[in-house]
Amino acid sequence: MGTNLFNKIWDLHRIRTLPDGMDQIFIGLHLLHEVTSPQAFRMLEQKELAVKYPERTFATVDHIIPTDSRSRPLEDPLAEEMLRVLEDNTRRHGIPFFGLDSEDQGIIHIIGPELGLTQPGMTISCGDSHTSTHGAFGAIAFGIGTSQVRDILATQTLALNRSRVRKIEVKGKLLKGVTAKDLALKLIQQLGVKGGVGYAYEYCGEAVSNLSMEERMTLCNMTIEGGARVGYVNPDETTFAYLKGKRFAPSGRAFERAEVFWKSIASDPDAAYDDHFVIQAGEIEPMVTWGINPGQAIGIDQRIPFPEDLSDDEAEVAEKAFRHMGFREGDPVRGRRIDVAFIGSCTNGRISDLREAARVARGMKKADHVRALVVPGSMAVDRQAKEEGLDLIFKEAGFEYRQAGCSMCLAMNPDKLEGNQISASSSNRNFIGRQGSPEGRTLLMSPAMVAAAAITGYVTDSRELWGEADGR
Amino acid sequence: MADKSAGRSVIKGMGLPLMGNDIDTDRIIPARFMKCVTFDGLGAYAFFDERYDVNGDQKDHIMNDERYAEGSILLVNKNFGCGSSREHAPQALYHWGIRGFVGESFAEIFAGNCNSLGLPAVRVSREAIGKLMEICMANPSPVLTIDLKEGYVSAEGTAFPASLPEGYRRALIEGTWDVTQTLLEGSGEVDRKYRELPYLRGFT
Ligand code: SF4
Repeated sequence: MGTNLFNKIWDLHRIRTLPDGMDQIFIGLHLLHEVTSPQAFRMLEQKELAVKYPERTFATVDHIIPTDSRSRPLEDPLAEEMLRVLEDNTRRHGIPFFGLDSEDQGIIHIIGPELGLTQPGMTISCGDSHTSTHGAFGAIAFGIGTSQVRDILATQTLALNRSRVRKIEVKGKLLKGVTAKDLALKLIQQLGVKGGVGYAYEYCGEAVSNLSMEERMTLCNMTIEGGARVGYVNPDETTFAYLKGKRFAPSGRAFERAEVFWKSIASDPDAAYDDHFVIQAGEIEPMVTWGINPGQAIGIDQRIPFPEDLSDDEAEVAEKAFRHMGFREGDPVRGRRIDVAFIGSCTNGRISDLREAARVARGMKKADHVRALVVPGSMAVDRQAKEEGLDLIFKEAGFEYRQAGCSMCLAMNPDKLEGNQISASSSNRNFIGRQGSPEGRTLLMSPAMVAAAAITGYVTDSRELWGEADGR
Repeated sequence: MADKSAGRSVIKGMGLPLMGNDIDTDRIIPARFMKCVTFDGLGAYAFFDERYDVNGDQKDHIMNDERYAEGSILLVNKNFGCGSSREHAPQALYHWGIRGFVGESFAEIFAGNCNSLGLPAVRVSREAIGKLMEICMANPSPVLTIDLKEGYVSAEGTAFPASLPEGYRRALIEGTWDVTQTLLEGSGEVDRKYRELPYLRGFT
């Protein structure tokens, strides 16, 4: 029996087994942002410890920044303080920092891959659950708490329990107009929001091999929403092609040697797994959530389930969702009126996402009653979008085109829902209150579906608009 | 957290039944309260939007119920603490007064964060949590006992088998949940690993 990628990387990074039975694991790349790090630096100082390898930690500011103006001091004094503290901490400890004035600033999970920091075969951690995104490159990447951020800063290692590995095989091809986001939502709906607890997910099969790197990032990003902390795709030619020429990626002869290493850490063809799940890509439709967790999703033409058809656990959460959302069992989700459309986040704020949305929005006008926002995931995405004229397409369609950050994904900046507004959102969480209003309601979907909803004002199958927009 | 030196084999306290599956960290501590550089003030904001309406008036919630003001062991159902990795979630509950969790299951990062803080998050069966919640709903006074050595949770003379990952259990019993020191002891091997890993050696 061969070995899967997860176990190969784990063994490569294992320092020793600790007295309590956990493994001490070396963390090859540590990413940092303003929300979960200040307390970690403080703990470090209380223990009078230095940062062990400051050159293996990279920081940016993403959650709290306004997307309309970057002038300092930030209008919100609490946000300004968090930014100041991060600037101080990174300066004091010699940690590379892509700050507000850096042309590389952006959402941490977007800039890591863009800069070539994220590479196959690494262990990658960040005080942020969507660190799973980086698994798209064939790395073990996972979110941690603030005490663990402290541990990495002090020791470059963590104490961890090894996960089991579930192989998720996506057979066949995705239908035209069905995206990685739809695949991710479908998998969570099928396996449940807690189905992945204790597991790392290996995504494979024809449909996964066919995904671009950005689509793989979307898929791995959503892994945590299914309860699994780690999701990954084995590195292949698509991965290597993406990495070529990236600033922190190896170059020249080193790239060739790197490729040999990257290939060697991919799962063996006869690798063993703890579990195996198979799904047919061709059966997946564009997905939309109707509830208060990402597993409460249905295909665009399906109806909201009846509690009787759900397990007891699911029925309990469904009842709570109906109360919050004001939806009823048996209702369609198609045709549901929306108030806000949000395109952005570490799930779907990359250039390919903006292109997909722009394809729908081109030559159209948003519905009068909708507020539509496009927030590029990074400064680099923003530059590329402008070069391609996407910003103008959005503006002409009546969308607000804004500056890079997390924005309305979790609304720690001024971009928030108001009252019980309903938002069509390309982000990753529809939890109660997630988009800034305790009564706000979120419908998760792909960027093209969000753009389509912005234009008609209602939840719409984006495939129907594409034809009109592109004459296809 | 307080009392780091000693291990925690037995935790006693009043139970606080909080029903519901898949309670996420955005509900435990809404993101707008995370604009802080210390964890100290977070207790006031635990479950804020579930406890207060938009006008700041109290809603019907167990953590607003005077009779449970001394509650320190939170009883929960499945997948408690799912969603974000924010340590702000267990920190907010700790600062509110929670010293342990008993539930059907916990999200993985949340469980890890609890361990980092020396807070036990033990799993019991569905029947057991149902019974424990029933007991604590009927009457707020009984003291619950989490016994990590013997592996049970008890209330009113009835004991239910309870478990948590072995590494966490040992860390709590031995008082070694703050692992920084232990990890530092591996420093020599860490330096060797740094020199050996292909991607840190520039693939030479
Ligand atoms: S975009 Fe959303 S999920 Fe991603 S890092 Fe920012 S807040 Fe977290």
